[in-house]
Amino acid sequence: MSSIPSLQVESGKVVLAGQWTLAAMLPRLTDLQLALKDAASVPNRIWDLTALARLDSAAAVLLWRSWGNCWPEGLVISDLHRQVLERVADLPREMPPPPMRPFRVPEFLGGLLLKALSNLHGLIALFGQLLLDMAHLLRSPKEMPWKEFTANLYKSGAQAMPVTALVGFLIGVTISYLSALQLKNFGADLFIINILGISIIRELGPVLVAVLVAGRSGSAMTAQIGVMRVTEEIDALSTMGISRSLRVVLPKILGLTAAMPLIVLWASGVALFGGMLAAMLQLDLSLIYFLDNLPRAVPVANLLIGLGKGLVFGFVIALIACYFGLRVKPNTESLSANTTSAVVTAITTVILVDALFAVFTRHVGVPQL
Amino acid sequence: MSVPVVELAGINTVFGREYVHRDLSLVIGEGQVVGLLGGSGSGKTTLLREMLGLLRPAAGSVRLFGVDLQEPDQVLQRNVRRRLGMLFQHGALFSALSVFDNIAFPLRELKCLDEDWISRLVHLKLAMVELDASHGKLMPAELSGGMFKRVALARALALEPELLLLDEPTAGLDPDRSQNFVDLIGALQRELGLTIVMVTHDLQTLAGLASHVAVLAEQRIIAFGPKDQVMTVDHPFVTGFFGADRRKLL
Repeated sequence: MSSIPSLQVESGKVVLAGQWTLAAMLPRLTDLQLALKDAASVPNRIWDLTALARLDSAAAVLLWRSWGNCWPEGLVISDLHRQVLERVADLPREMPPPPMRPFRVPEFLGGLLLKALSNLHGLIALFGQLLLDMAHLLRSPKEMPWKEFTANLYKSGAQAMPVTALVGFLIGVTISYLSALQLKNFGADLFIINILGISIIRELGPVLVAVLVAGRSGSAMTAQIGVMRVTEEIDALSTMGISRSLRVVLPKILGLTAAMPLIVLWASGVALFGGMLAAMLQLDLSLIYFLDNLPRAVPVANLLIGLGKGLVFGFVIALIACYFGLRVKPNTESLSANTTSAVVTAITTVILVDALFAVFTRHVGVPQL
Repeated sequence: MSVPVVELAGINTVFGREYVHRDLSLVIGEGQVVGLLGGSGSGKTTLLREMLGLLRPAAGSVRLFGVDLQEPDQVLQRNVRRRLGMLFQHGALFSALSVFDNIAFPLRELKCLDEDWISRLVHLKLAMVELDASHGKLMPAELSGGMFKRVALARALALEPELLLLDEPTAGLDPDRSQNFVDLIGALQRELGLTIVMVTHDLQTLAGLASHVAVLAEQRIIAFGPKDQVMTVDHPFVTGFFGADRRKLL
């Protein structure tokens, strides 16, 4: 018994033999399809399928299609194989095509707008829930989830110190080095202190840390809450009568809001140190002189603005991360899409809020010469 | 005598320092439905994973359809794997794909079938596991437990396998549904002439489906043969497992 599927035409009779299975057909699929087409093109032929060793449904579909979706006139076949073909014959003739909607620009843009609005709505709802939780905690302070809060403070704060320090230091060195090259040309070496002080403390420190933290802690929060949704852990919490917003969302948001100003302070400090080192090597500006003149060049309001920004950025990042985490549907695609959305939205919002800060604090902390 | 579908010879599996299987041998012929029994932690699922080639035994050989799974020839390997289907315990459906796409996935991966052919095959498989064509649009998360298993079975059958491996096929189904599922697999087995190896704890499933039983204990197969013969074996595990139900199953 040969295992190779074969087709022979003998005096008006088509004889099929061998293993007509998907695995056996694959190596010579195109030849078989052509041979079948040829054989079926002549009408009123006898099809002898009694020599078939095996006929699986893939082969049955192939035969059925080459017969033009109907039974041939003269078909000799065993009952077992006839059953397989009958299954194929019983399928509805026309498969319903998957609904395809044409792409229209207004529809697409409208969809985007609606999605943005629904996200905004969801974020406000989550914020409201947070306020209610806080009010509830004020009335019964015993329920404050201290353990989760401190765990989040450690995870998103203390553990972020090395990476923020490294990035801050390098940015400080780079800005100081590049500015020094320019300042030297004008003989305005001393202004390096103003440039570094204002730019790092007021602007770069908070924004840089926010971008890092959004990628680091924000994505982790979304993924964690998302997986808890997928594995129904969130539902398990609710059945135990534990509020998911109080136990899962609130500690994350409070933790990051509290941690961010601290990381901003740390990263700004390290960046300034990097800038000082570069200034010392490039412009021969001693560290002592730099530190002495820093408070004069940079009013303390800038530090407060920087820390305030850190506080707000931390809140925004955690709120957005938690919101997208709770939106995850139980499948892998949704998890990755929401994590991406969380990070992208968080960074965009941070920069937007930063612009608002710049506009509303334009008269504060800028030294008048 | 044709080539045995599954041939395990001298399998040793070692986790850390602990032997899971020691010099284990088993030969399964065409058309047999073998229930693999054993206590918790006796390495049933591990043995199944070795048959699939997901795990490599420390010693010994696994041959499927006469081809050694450690055969270096990639094409030969792939062809062997296309001849087997696996129903994972939790279904392992791709959660990002719809039911239709889940079943179509292995067919599309062959890269030589056209869409019309694939669509007909998918609808055929859906009909085989007694699901509606309209269920094809659903996502795995929207399915009930019983439907999930059926879709997983349809996907396992997509490539027209000759060997089907089942890991706890009825776990998590209520008795009524589990009986339906067993009947369904049994009917498909008779129709398609499948060889089945299944791991199960459920006596009903075993009674309804298996023609042969292999008992895994003491790191080896202590008994293998037709169901009624194995049940009379005098071994503490066998008597413990079947217990008072021994009569009922016969």
